[in-house]
Amino acid sequence: MQAFTTHKGKIAVLDRANIDTDQIIPKQFLKSIKKTGFEEGLFFDWKKKPDGSLDPDFPLNRPAFRGASILVARNNFGCGSSREHAVWAVMQGGFRVVAAPGLEREGQKIPAFADIFAGNAVKNGLLTVELSADDADRIFRLAAAAPELEGEVNLPSQTFRVSAGGKEMVFHFQIDPGVKDYLLKGLDEIGLTLEKKEAIGGFEGRRAPWLTPSPSTR
Amino acid sequence: MGKTLFEKIWDAHVVGELEDGTVLLYIDRHLVHEVTSPQAFEGLRLAGRKVRRPDLTFATMDHNVPTDNRTRIEDPVSRAQVEALEENCRDFGVPLFGLGDPNQGIVHMIGPELGITLPGTTIVCGDSHTSTHGAFGALAFGIGTSEVEHVLATQTLRQKKPGTMLVEFTGRLQRGVTSKDMVLKLIRTIGTAGGTGHVFEYAGEAVRRLTMEERMTICNMSIEAGARAGLIAPDESTLAYITGALRPYAPRGKELEEALAWWKSLPSDKDAKFDRRITIDVSDLPPQVSWGTNPGMVVDVTGRVPSPGETPNNSPADVERALEYMGLKAGTPIRDIKLDTVFLGSCTNARIEDLRRAAAIMKGRKIARGLRMLVVPGSEQVRLQAEKEGLDRIFRDAGAEWRFAGCSMCLGMNPDQLAPGERCASTSNRNFEGRQGKGGRTHLVSPETAAAAALAGHFVDVREIMKGA
Repeated sequence: MQAFTTHKGKIAVLDRANIDTDQIIPKQFLKSIKKTGFEEGLFFDWKKKPDGSLDPDFPLNRPAFRGASILVARNNFGCGSSREHAVWAVMQGGFRVVAAPGLEREGQKIPAFADIFAGNAVKNGLLTVELSADDADRIFRLAAAAPELEGEVNLPSQTFRVSAGGKEMVFHFQIDPGVKDYLLKGLDEIGLTLEKKEAIGGFEGRRAPWLTPSPSTR
Repeated sequence: MGKTLFEKIWDAHVVGELEDGTVLLYIDRHLVHEVTSPQAFEGLRLAGRKVRRPDLTFATMDHNVPTDNRTRIEDPVSRAQVEALEENCRDFGVPLFGLGDPNQGIVHMIGPELGITLPGTTIVCGDSHTSTHGAFGALAFGIGTSEVEHVLATQTLRQKKPGTMLVEFTGRLQRGVTSKDMVLKLIRTIGTAGGTGHVFEYAGEAVRRLTMEERMTICNMSIEAGARAGLIAPDESTLAYITGALRPYAPRGKELEEALAWWKSLPSDKDAKFDRRITIDVSDLPPQVSWGTNPGMVVDVTGRVPSPGETPNNSPADVERALEYMGLKAGTPIRDIKLDTVFLGSCTNARIEDLRRAAAIMKGRKIARGLRMLVVPGSEQVRLQAEKEGLDRIFRDAGAEWRFAGCSMCLGMNPDQLAPGERCASTSNRNFEGRQGKGGRTHLVSPETAAAAALAGHFVDVREIMKGA
């Protein structure tokens, strides 16, 4: 997978919560048996009108966001299906970073990204940045005032710098140390696990026999 | 301190702790379908790797398959995906329940049916509704394609331990109210991200009283509340399900006895601690209907479409957007919503009991004029059983279409789709924009509510119909 250290690029904002994977990549694009070619399907039902032309009202179709590589959205990004095609589509659509705010409800922290999407992102080197609700609001306000936003994400220092029209803001973000290390090194997870072959074999030797099915017709 | 059901299964499957703070978790059962596996098999090929445990891997085809016939897949891209699975299973020695096999069906249907799904095991599949298998007290969760490849190659996953949340349902359901209504109520209460980072354990009197199939419906939709998995402790109902029918992959004899000893030790200890808990009383719970574009946008069938600001888990802007997409006005009584289509199917609600309960409501009656109804059994076993019982006749006589097994209109990867603006009462799990077809409008309901709505042409409180029955 692709390693991630720093990334600088244009920011696109999509002020919607609960963006589910059916929106990120609709079903008709899941029939491919390849890992490439998913950019066409990214937000397909939102970006295209029924006649197939681009919908100018969809934020990511704005000229100011053309070529953006950092996406800022709202909470619970990537909810729904486990399709890794969603991560492939986001990346092949040109994005290296997705940032979204977590939520606090009744003292409980609710993560910015759905579990499976976040896990799939790591496996492909897509960085998910969890912002505070206030920080996300600041970015959306800035975007409303100055549509051309530049961003710079630095994974080693865990900072996200946003600048527009001479203004600059710097946000710090938290990330699991294991995930950070994995992204920085761009590791082959399967290769690493296969180094534990003996431990896995040992575990299998201790498994109860009933756990290995021997199909029969009673 | 005692352990929860989840912790007992987790601890028993840890191969080792890893440098990155995760653990290597052993996977007992890996279920595979055609949509999320081709890139994983391709990855194995490119790296010259094998499937470590084909004997613990089981494949079927469900998402793309046509439900009006068993031999012809018109869409060449769908066909290529199905053929890729056939080839991959052949090349890597994975057993496949393919098209035309009497055991073919939605992957989350056939696991329990064949005895592949067992208490105390870890089960994964490249499909978020893998949480279904938690009904047996298995730790079952959906994974992405990279993880599918990882499991194929190593039979393990690198996992960070999630939190635990006890979801207790107290009281007794009224007649006509179902486990689908229970889980819709839960998602409505905590929101679609309310369970993120957690594994649910469902407990309480209302859960104990549910059949295994009803339990599967609840666990199936755990992911719609953001949870990775949802578990129910195994009990007599679980054991009766496993041993009460021909389940070729389930243990028997001495092996069953050994398994039983472990299964009996699984329920959460009395002093076990959960990270979070919630209690929902279901005694007065009416049937639930979704009105919006996520599974947390739900009201009572006796209620009205909410206005922006009325629902705590969705922002006013999201509600406005959802109302516009759904073509609904705030304040409209749910019972006044007219329907074009009813879909009875999916891994949530297409088991034999679901079909029996819907058929009991529809027997000797006709669906509303102009309405179309699709009844798609979740598996070929369910289809054959239903036909043996004459349920297909009841549905057909009522004017519904009777189909072969598959995911069908739950996500419309096959030709079963909604047209733009078409409004559907669906027993499936997701009402996202475009889920059942671009521009289609989905209302999630139970099989009972779907059947009653099909007869009336609009939503009705199925409790009133059942009082007279």
